[in-house]
Amino acid sequence: MLVITCPVCGVEGEEADFHCGGEAHITRPATENPEGISDEAQRDYIYMRKNPKGVHFERWRCDRGCGKWFHACRDTVSMEILGYYGITQKPPATLLKKADPLWQAHFEAQLKKAKS
Amino acid sequence: MSNKPYRVPTAGTGGTVGRLIDRSQTVDFTWNGQKYSGYAGDTLASALFANGIRVVGRSFKYHRPRGVIGLGSNEPNALVGVGTGSRMEPNIRATQVELFPGLAATAQNAWPSVEYDIGQINSLASRLFPAGFYYKTFMWPQAFWKSVYEPIIRRAAGLGVAPDGPDPDTYEQFNCHCDVLVVGGGVAGLAAAEAASAGGARVIIADENPQFGGISDIAGGTLDGEAQSKWTAETAQRLAGSGNVHVMSRTTVVGHFHHNYVMMFERVADHDPRIMNEGAPRHRLWKVRAKRVIIASGAIERPIPFANNDRPGVMLSTAVRAHLARYGVAPGYRGVIFTNNDDAYRTATDLLAAGVPVARIIDVRPEPAGPLVDAAKAAGLEISAGSAICGLMAKSGGKHITAVKVAPYSTTGRVPGAEEQVNCDFVAVSGGWNPVVHLHCHNGGKLDFNDKIQSFVPRKHEDPVVTIGSANGTFDLAALMDEAYAAGEAAAGTRAAKAKAPKATSEPEGALEPLWYAPATGKYNEGNKHFIDFQNDVTAADLELAQREGYESVEHTKRYTTLGMATDQGKTSNIIGLGVLSGSTGKPIPEIGTTTFRPPYTPFSFGAIAGTQVGKLFHVVRRTAQFDWHKEAGATWEPIGDWRRAYCYPKGDEDKHAAINREILTVRGKVGILDASTLGKIEIKGPDAGALLDRVYTNTFSTLKPGRGRYGLMMNEMGFLFDDGVTVCLGKDHYLMHTTSGGAERVVQWLEEWLQTEWTDMKVFVTAVTEQWSQFAVAGPKARALLEKLEGDVDFSADGLAFMSMSEGMLEGTRARVFRISFSGELSYEIAVPANAGRVFWEKLLEAGEEFGVEPYGTEALHVLRAEKGFIAIGDETDGTVTPLDLGMNWAVSKKKADYLGKRALELPHLADENRKELVGLLTEDPNEVLPDGAYAVSSVTEKLPMDMIGQVTSTYWSPTLNRSIAMALIKKGRAKMGEKVTFPVAEGKVIRAEIVDPVFYDKEGAKQNV
Repeated sequence: MLVITCPVCGVEGEEADFHCGGEAHITRPATENPEGISDEAQRDYIYMRKNPKGVHFERWRCDRGCGKWFHACRDTVSMEILGYYGITQKPPATLLKKADPLWQAHFEAQLKKAKS
Repeated sequence: MSNKPYRVPTAGTGGTVGRLIDRSQTVDFTWNGQKYSGYAGDTLASALFANGIRVVGRSFKYHRPRGVIGLGSNEPNALVGVGTGSRMEPNIRATQVELFPGLAATAQNAWPSVEYDIGQINSLASRLFPAGFYYKTFMWPQAFWKSVYEPIIRRAAGLGVAPDGPDPDTYEQFNCHCDVLVVGGGVAGLAAAEAASAGGARVIIADENPQFGGISDIAGGTLDGEAQSKWTAETAQRLAGSGNVHVMSRTTVVGHFHHNYVMMFERVADHDPRIMNEGAPRHRLWKVRAKRVIIASGAIERPIPFANNDRPGVMLSTAVRAHLARYGVAPGYRGVIFTNNDDAYRTATDLLAAGVPVARIIDVRPEPAGPLVDAAKAAGLEISAGSAICGLMAKSGGKHITAVKVAPYSTTGRVPGAEEQVNCDFVAVSGGWNPVVHLHCHNGGKLDFNDKIQSFVPRKHEDPVVTIGSANGTFDLAALMDEAYAAGEAAAGTRAAKAKAPKATSEPEGALEPLWYAPATGKYNEGNKHFIDFQNDVTAADLELAQREGYESVEHTKRYTTLGMATDQGKTSNIIGLGVLSGSTGKPIPEIGTTTFRPPYTPFSFGAIAGTQVGKLFHVVRRTAQFDWHKEAGATWEPIGDWRRAYCYPKGDEDKHAAINREILTVRGKVGILDASTLGKIEIKGPDAGALLDRVYTNTFSTLKPGRGRYGLMMNEMGFLFDDGVTVCLGKDHYLMHTTSGGAERVVQWLEEWLQTEWTDMKVFVTAVTEQWSQFAVAGPKARALLEKLEGDVDFSADGLAFMSMSEGMLEGTRARVFRISFSGELSYEIAVPANAGRVFWEKLLEAGEEFGVEPYGTEALHVLRAEKGFIAIGDETDGTVTPLDLGMNWAVSKKKADYLGKRALELPHLADENRKELVGLLTEDPNEVLPDGAYAVSSVTEKLPMDMIGQVTSTYWSPTLNRSIAMALIKKGRAKMGEKVTFPVAEGKVIRAEIVDPVFYDKEGAKQNV
């Protein structure tokens, strides 16, 4: 059972006091442009998830505390939580560097898309 | 019965035996209903020895007589039932049961008695019980499984019996934090705790035994020139008085989990149940968060498998030595020692010093040497070097050992030589030591094989966890003390303690000779078994057979033979099993690998797991403000989420069916009232409130005028329906959303999630107000007449309050929100009043309705009423894989809105597929036949399974309104099959046929709700 500290209200609690919302930084295609979403893009958005062995980014909610969502960076092998950051923020560079290459590719692709 | 006692007299022993017992104080107890007595300080195991009882149980599979083998929690054989009646607890290790006056213990697995057990016939027929016996034997015919095989197996198998009533004792759970948790109070644990404590850390040190010190009392070696046990006793006392160390005995650390979450099981009152009269719980479960964990769990001696090594009187060498030193008992009158290492020589000399003859030390090593060997020789002990036990002779059905057979032994195979018979009645055996690595492994710790000790030792853990002492394979006392102090200092983050460390000396010990199997001479037969796992009756032959049958992986061998799968988790058997597999496969042990070590380390009670969460505290129940009224009215209950809602209100000797039918007809014919307070209520307020609703509902809400309401459907992003309800516009940018009773919390969190994570620019607040309001449905043709009798300023007329609109006002002196909505299809209003006025208002409704014959109705009537109208219910018509389109609710699914949750998913091929199941109504051919809930529809009934499943019943009821059964179902392409017949094969070959119809059974035009 993990020990988690809510970065919003500061309370430290057991894993059961929080709710894990799964993988972070999933882009919802319809928010950007509801038209012209391919079936594949929609399927990937709904169902395809990263499953890295190592450093991973997740969404968590302070369930029995302030009720706010936040991001956590967790090592899926050692279970160590390496850091927290805001729910609307991208991972800090220090954490991204440690993350699985899957994640680096994820943000590079986003950057490329934004430029084009 | 004339059992010769095995208590060693004190005379001539110089006080070195029976250290823990008080021979001046006798304690009476019963064993299998017979009275015996032991001394204060005895365990059940030692008291039984003292009374000449060596057979303490029968084995699991072959029902062979079994005696005590081990010490404390590593004992695999002596599982007993302790207590009587509802306090009976099975499968307790006799070696851990402390004797108290009135203790009642019984043997297990024995019928009619442990001395004469009929099941032993299994032993004679053991060719019929090979490895994988269950898999091989009870395959067919299938019908025999339930009626013949299972009852027989259940009677014959299993360990112990369950108590016969609810547990009358109390249990509790504690949560706590510490800087350093030290597991194990042996010499290493105590040293580490002292070092950590000296550095100022808050320390917990836990040991499963009543006394601290581990096996320091029998281990040899000195600390500061005195016996180890003197130092351990003094240190334990010093720590207890130190102020920053919590010293816990009788406390087993049973599991280690993520982030150093540790579970400890404390046996508070088992050793003296009288303290429960003063309010102590029986057991306590500790949930500890430790910054650092130091594992000093010690090592467990392993046996050497030889022919018939399970006979009562064959014991681990240290267990013999400890029973002698602590309780003054020996397992017999004349022993032999069988060893591959030096430590067992201590047992031989201790026995001799206590006046127990030792006929022979049988050592597999060709040239044993060293101070311990010399001491044994000097004491006049006879040693057979380079030899092994190759047979064991016993009488009285294997209950009494008479002799062992000894033959020369070599690692390269059997050497020719004469077989010799050595008379004895017990055997102390030592095959080396296995570090207790269980806790290290619970949370992913890895192991390395150590050649020197021929066992596995912990590799560095990812967590702040370190293993020290013999648990780490460090057996030399001086090295062990260095390791322990270093670990304690590191955990405390200071280097203050080292100076306090006592100076350690110990006798040098020679290397051990790996030995996993001592072959038998003579003919191999069924009575000649080499037991590996005593508790599950697994033999070396079983492991070899599993290999021959292709179960090559150790994980497969384990499951096929059940090696190490008993309650002792293979404490004495796992490594030997690997050794045997290594011998039969020719692979070295590290290549064979180990199986997984899982929590708990030792079994612990359900009481401790439940703690205080039993009875009324088991689960918190939510009650509406009207709960007591329903209770007084004799309501039966339905759990909805954590709520208890009134299911129906039987009157007089009415059964539930009659009550439900009456309630339905009252609503259809007169007027009924329903406590709908559990419905989820969420206020949504802010400039973007309308926009939020448009995003989360399938239909449009931003166009609602104040005072109007609309029924909405909510989908998740996969396109599946998960909640529904009526949302009304209370005013500008202010809405009240109704959700299902079970979905209220889920929906609030759903809205919050989208607002916080995706639509962060939306200006809107979401507030759950479910419990602030009591809400009542008033439904039936007389609903308006009833409500118009109430004092107040609300206009209930058809024009004043049209269908799907709401108004606010005062009713009977309280603020009220009135909604004209209908879930029954009748003229219906829902009135919400502040919850603290709820019960009074409810009673007013009944009073006002008396002249119209008003009656309360419950949730079942509610469901039948809605099903008669073809209204869906979330959780009945939906199961998380159903879309609004499947339910034919296209009218509520906007095509115009650009984006809302789940919209794009509905266009995905698997959801747009025309072969999906669709909601239809069903009318059974026999109108009196009510389809079973969830019944499967098939395209045709065939002899051979599987049949082609085309759908399932989602709601099914007796409709008193229509005087026949009705049902709704999801049927593949159902809407195109109107008027067709569909078949439901139900239990025992019966087939029900029904016609597919429109799901609205009653008042299709909706005229009745619109008057």
